[in-house]
Parts: sequence; structure tokens; C-alpha cells
Amino acid sequence: MNYQRMLTVMRTDLKQLAQSKDFWVPMSLLGGLFFIVIPAILLSVINSIGNIGSVQQVSQALQLLPQSAQDAVPQAAAAGTKVSYVLAVYLLAPIAVIVPLTISTAVGSSSIVGERERGTGEFLAHSPAGVKEIYLGKLIASLIPGYLTTIVGFGLYSIMVNLIVGPDAGGWFFPTPSWWLLILWVLPPFLLIALSMVLRLSARVKSTAAAQQAAGLITFPLILIAYAQSTGALFGGAAVPLSILMGAVAWAIGIGLLISGMRSLTRARLLGVANEA
Amino acid sequence: MTPLQPASSSETMAQPGSATSPLPPDGPFGSSATSPSDQGRSGDAPAEVEAPNGLVVEMRDVSKSFGRVPALSNLTILVPDGRITVLLGPNGAGKTTAIRVITGALTPDRGHVRTFGFDPDRFGEDVRRRCGVVSAKPALYDRLSGWDNLQYSAELYGLGRNATAPIREAAGRFGILEALDQQVGGYSTGMKTRLALSRAVLHNPDLLLFDEPTSGLDPESSHAVLDLIREMTDEGRTVVMCTHLLVEAEGLADQIIVLENGTDLIHGTQQNLTRQYWPHDIVRLDAEDPNELDQIEGMDGVISIRREDDHTEVQLDDLARVPDLVAALTAAGVRLTRVDPHNPSLEDLYFAIRRERRAPDAGPGLGAFPEVTR
Repeated sequence: MNYQRMLTVMRTDLKQLAQSKDFWVPMSLLGGLFFIVIPAILLSVINSIGNIGSVQQVSQALQLLPQSAQDAVPQAAAAGTKVSYVLAVYLLAPIAVIVPLTISTAVGSSSIVGERERGTGEFLAHSPAGVKEIYLGKLIASLIPGYLTTIVGFGLYSIMVNLIVGPDAGGWFFPTPSWWLLILWVLPPFLLIALSMVLRLSARVKSTAAAQQAAGLITFPLILIAYAQSTGALFGGAAVPLSILMGAVAWAIGIGLLISGMRSLTRARLLGVANEA
Repeated sequence: MTPLQPASSSETMAQPGSATSPLPPDGPFGSSATSPSDQGRSGDAPAEVEAPNGLVVEMRDVSKSFGRVPALSNLTILVPDGRITVLLGPNGAGKTTAIRVITGALTPDRGHVRTFGFDPDRFGEDVRRRCGVVSAKPALYDRLSGWDNLQYSAELYGLGRNATAPIREAAGRFGILEALDQQVGGYSTGMKTRLALSRAVLHNPDLLLFDEPTSGLDPESSHAVLDLIREMTDEGRTVVMCTHLLVEAEGLADQIIVLENGTDLIHGTQQNLTRQYWPHDIVRLDAEDPNELDQIEGMDGVISIRREDDHTEVQLDDLARVPDLVAALTAAGVRLTRVDPHNPSLEDLYFAIRRERRAPDAGPGLGAFPEVTR
């Protein structure tokens, strides 16, 4: 395994993405929409309308949350602030899952089949680069855009939440420890799982369109699982230990899929002449 | 230097010169020698050694199928060092698959393959590092600049990230240096081919494999590309070129291998093959009344005649007989409109070979040139 060549494949794939406005403009819009625009509107509205009846009702509904989650909400704050706090800390967790999975699977699904469609698979197949180096280079290149968007979006989201909700909630409170774990420990293995499966698909299917459709079928349930797990970890009574355990299990599955996925790429598949029968 | 591994035991090795091999045991240009892989050394990677037998590529009785579709069928290709070998054949003849097997990009189902004396399936990385490939589609990254395309190749082939000098040299050689900053998506077909050629020679390979390198090029650009290929063998590189364009191979090939349905029909130099199919000199004649040319039969030195649509082809034992032949015909009142001593072109040869293969019982030359008289 030549790590230098793996990094070369990764760098070149990322360079191509950077050259593609048709990729990074929608990607930035998606991240901006989920991390900034929608939360900012929701939090600003709820925070500014105060203790009207509907907000009071939502505030009472917060009692349905686990006790540990209720304990974290500033008790002395107004009903609107409580709702904003819960929304910011707990209910917007899916954005941290949906955005990177959507972006990374979009990149990954066309990664290998795209080489074949453009004819550049021929160049790679005749090059000294090993198929594992190519596979890993492409996997990392698919992972980075989604994860980077999440990290940047998460940073901006944190600032925005603290600016809008923080003054009424007793100061800057976000990110919470559970969120740090979600972003740094739980999310990456879920991305790894998704990408291992998507790249395996990309190596096998005949066209980018087919890869993207199949990737959607794979990632949708994965998004649901990741969402359920992440919110569960955030809400749960023992949120931090649960997140650590869940992340560890996800890492184990992800690494297993990564290793088996590396075998799915062959030079014949780069050339588009593999015997699939 | 790391020692060598013995040849893979799983492969079916045809015995050189056996009934299944159409080629002599020593290959067309060299003498027999022990291949590095037969020398009993062991290790994980091959050392850089000269190819055995003077052969850079040695494929014997190689077969490869995709599902139920056979792509190669007992194909034998021997490529001598420092020469241009042209694989000639129609679309689907197996030319591209042969190139892929040579670099180890594809593993054959059976047969014996050695590139630089090594099994490319086992020592693929080392073999591919010494090969430069230009595929039928230029296989370039359209969203990257020309420079980035070359830089990518430089890094994959181990030239490192600071490969400015070789990139400039390769691009300059093919006249694409000024366009390296542009995105390849904006290149013309000719520019793309030049960039692909630059990329193929960037790492200074010993073996260049060109798959239809002039595909889509205008005649002027094609000519320039062929000149560049010729130049590369002048530097001692070995070239394997696939084409279905006979005019490209004409005059360029040191060795021609005609492929059809994944198998080699025939191989040799154009001169030798021509002599095999047309052992005698040829003159093409025509007259105001072509029927009067029948009286050539039986004249001194005439070996055979064949009537074509617009001329009569005459095989002579010596071209020096043409003046006597013309004089005799003129004396007999035949008004000649054409006297054309003919050197069979590669196109003539190619179609003669294919005609013969469709009528295998005819034997060499007969299927191509049925004799009317003797």
C-alpha cells in the first residue's frame, strides 16, 4: 500500500470537485440552508414571539423529553427560550446527519462509475496505482466534502445558536458535550459505513444515474438509523457513555465494511469489463 | 534490488514452438534464453532487467472471455525490443484486450504472458511503471487543466509532486506546453491526443502502447502523431500500436500482427508477408478492349493473370519482362491504356489474409490470388 499514491488520488478527486461549480454551489446551499437559514428563522421567530399560547403549549410538550434532557434546559428562562434551547440542542440534530450523508454519498456514488464513464478508468487501470490505493483515495475524497461542510456548518450553527438563544439562556451554551461526541465520534463512522456501501455500488453499476439511485436506497435507511441513534444519544439518560458505545459499534461496522469494500474494486471494473454474471 | 518470483503455476503455459503456437520457439527476432522468472530466484518484486529473448512482450496462447463472449482466443503476440509492432484488425478483434493483458490491467483466463520477462498479473505495479499507454479515448480529466492531468500521472508513476521539468519537457515535445493552463474540457481532439501522448511518455517508459492513437484526428494531426511515434522508437523505445487503419500501419510497422476474433491470423514484417502472399512481381494492365489481354496467357515470364473490375493483374517472374510484354501486346494490336508495376500495399495484404482465412483450404496466396493460368 503506497499512501502517497492514495493521497494523490484523493487530492485529484478533490481538485476536480473544487473545479465543479455544479457540485459545490448546491453543496454550499444545502449546508447553508440546513445549518444556518432554517435554524436561524426558527430560533429567531420562537425567541422573539415570547410567551404566546402556542409557544406555551410547545413548552409544556417538552415534559415529554427524558428527565436528563429536561434538566439541561435553563429552568428560569421564558417558555420561548426553553423551546429555542430544546430545538437548538436536540431537535436539529438530524441536520448534522443528513447534510454530510447527502453530500458524501452524492460524491461517492459517481466516484468509480464516473471514471468508467469518462474513460479515465482506463488510465487508472494501466497506472501503477493499486486498486486499494484508488479505493481509499476515492473514499476519503468522498468523505471530506460532506464532513467538511458539517464541521464548517456546525461551527456557524454554534455561533448562530449562541447569538440568538444564548443571551436569554444565560450565556453561550452550545455545543454541548453530546454534540461534540456526535460530530467527532458518532458521525464519522456512519459516513464510513455509507461510503463503503456506496463505493461498492459505484464499482459495480453501469452508470452514474444507476449509482445515485441505488445510493439513495442505501443511504435513506442509514439516515433514519443515524438520526434515531444520534437523537437517542443526545436525549438518553446516559447520553455521553451511550454516544461513545454507539460510536464504537459504528466504527467497528464501518471498518469491517471498508475492508470488504476494498475488494469490490478491480481493474476490470475500472475498465468496465468485469464479468458480473 | 529485489529478486524474482517464479512464474505462476496456475497458468497454462504453451510450449514455444509447440503445435499450438504459430511462432518459432525463439520468437521472430531473438534467440532462446532463460526468462528471469524461470531462474529460480525468489522475492516479492522484480528487479529491472532486460527482457529475455529480446522480447519485451511475450504472450502465448492467451485466452480471455467476458462472460460467454470470447475476447481473446489462443492469441500469441511476441513484441521485439525497440521495434514498432502494429496490431491490425477490425473492431472487436481483441486489440484493446491484448493491450490490457500486456499491462496486467486484465488477467487472462489462460495462457502465458510476460512483459519485460515478468508476469504482469503478479508484478503489475512494476510492469505498469515501465509502460506508457494511450487509449482510444484520451482518458483525460476534463475538469482539470492540462498541467494537473500531467501532474496526476507524474505522481502516480512516482515522479513526485515536483515534476515540473519532465512535465514541461513532455508537453513541449508534443507542442502542448502553451495550453497546459487551460482546462482540458476546452481542448480540441488533437490537443487531447497530444496531451495523452505527453502523459504516456512523461515517466520515460520502455514500452509504449497506443490504442488507435489517431482516432478522431484530422489527417494532418494523424500524420504528426505517427511521426512522433516513429521518433520514439528511434530513441530505443518499444511500441505496440493498435489500429484498424491500414494506411497508418503502412511504412510504420516493423512487425504486423493481424488479429481477427481474438486470435492472430498472421505476423511478420510487411515485406515478408507480402512476399508470402505475392511471391512474384505484379503488373497491372488495362486495354481499350480488356478481352484482348487474355492473349497474355502463355507468354514468357507470365505466371498467372487475374481479371479485376478495372484492370488485369499479371504475376511475372521478373518485372524486367514488362517492356517485352508491352512490345508483344502492341505488336499483337492490343491498345494498352494502363501499364502499372504494382507493389502490394498493406491494404492488399490485409484483405488477402482475410480472404484466405475465409477460404482456409486455399492455402497461402491462393485464396488471395487465384491463378487463372500457370
